[in-house]
Amino acid sequence: MQAKAIVVTSGKGGVGKTTTTANVGAALAQEGEKVVVIDVDVGLRNLDVVMGLEGRVVFDLIDVLEGRCKMRQALIRDKRVENLFLLPASQTRDKEALDPKVFRAVVKHLIEDEGFDRVLIDSPAGIERGFQTAAAPAEGALVVVNPEVSSVRDADRIVGLLEAGEVAENHLIVNRIRPKMVKRGDMLSVDDIVEILGIRLIGIVPEDEGILVSTNVGEPVALRKDRSAAGEEFRNIARRIRGEEVPFPDLDESGGIWQTVRRIFGGR
Amino acid sequence: MFWWRRRKSKQKAKERLQLVLAYDRAKLAPGKMEDLKRDLLEVLHRYFPTEDREVEIEFEQRGERVVLIADIPVRS
Repeated sequence: MQAKAIVVTSGKGGVGKTTTTANVGAALAQEGEKVVVIDVDVGLRNLDVVMGLEGRVVFDLIDVLEGRCKMRQALIRDKRVENLFLLPASQTRDKEALDPKVFRAVVKHLIEDEGFDRVLIDSPAGIERGFQTAAAPAEGALVVVNPEVSSVRDADRIVGLLEAGEVAENHLIVNRIRPKMVKRGDMLSVDDIVEILGIRLIGIVPEDEGILVSTNVGEPVALRKDRSAAGEEFRNIARRIRGEEVPFPDLDESGGIWQTVRRIFGGR
Repeated sequence: MFWWRRRKSKQKAKERLQLVLAYDRAKLAPGKMEDLKRDLLEVLHRYFPTEDREVEIEFEQRGERVVLIADIPVRS
């Protein structure tokens, strides 16, 4: 992806936007990019806990905008990976505190003055102001969708809005796919979803209990040593964003076999 | 158990999605389709007063466009 500012969005809540932001951000940093992940869900911040950085939040995005601190003071450096930073949302204010124009200037500053290679923006659910603000500075989007009717419907709406707002590089991540259910014919397949939404696919993340475990302990799966299927795919998404050709996971085989093969040949 | 006869729920999901998205993209409430049909029949009746007809209308996605397709038999 050419886009430096990328919004992670879905329309529907609970499909994995924050998890995707944390993991793709961490994986991009592992690939050597200087990355900042920004939580735009003002009033309902979550990215800090998913990344395990909640204890280090002192200032937030709104503090920067209202002059209570410098940008550098609000940016939290992740100690596990070099060049990974979090800019938290304010938990005490509401969405009106953040204006699309102002936010666009913030992102521009991060790229042009602070030297970030990539800015990942975690959008709030919905299509209202919070989303509009999150998408305002974006040149590209990762649209996260679950293989489920309501999620795909909302994603279609989001894609329409992104295109109308001239966000050009829109890519699709199908999250929480269960290969066994797809095989059985009880889950929309990745092909179905791509066909319906008509945007380019960039990731197929399987349902993985490891995600919940990683959220429990506050460590993105992409950074964990135990190679989980989801963690692996988040790392692959980062590489695809960087323009590498990485094959998609083969879902013809059941999750069980897939993981076994991975364990045998992964060997890491 | 007649599991092999059971229609896969994925197919149903896909059909429902395609239908609901056709309405979403056309910005028409599905319930309005009946009104449209009624109005269409009324207009047709003005031009073909002797014919009583059944009109079938539906949305179809053609590439980027959503098209309204009406199937109107002129002589049954």
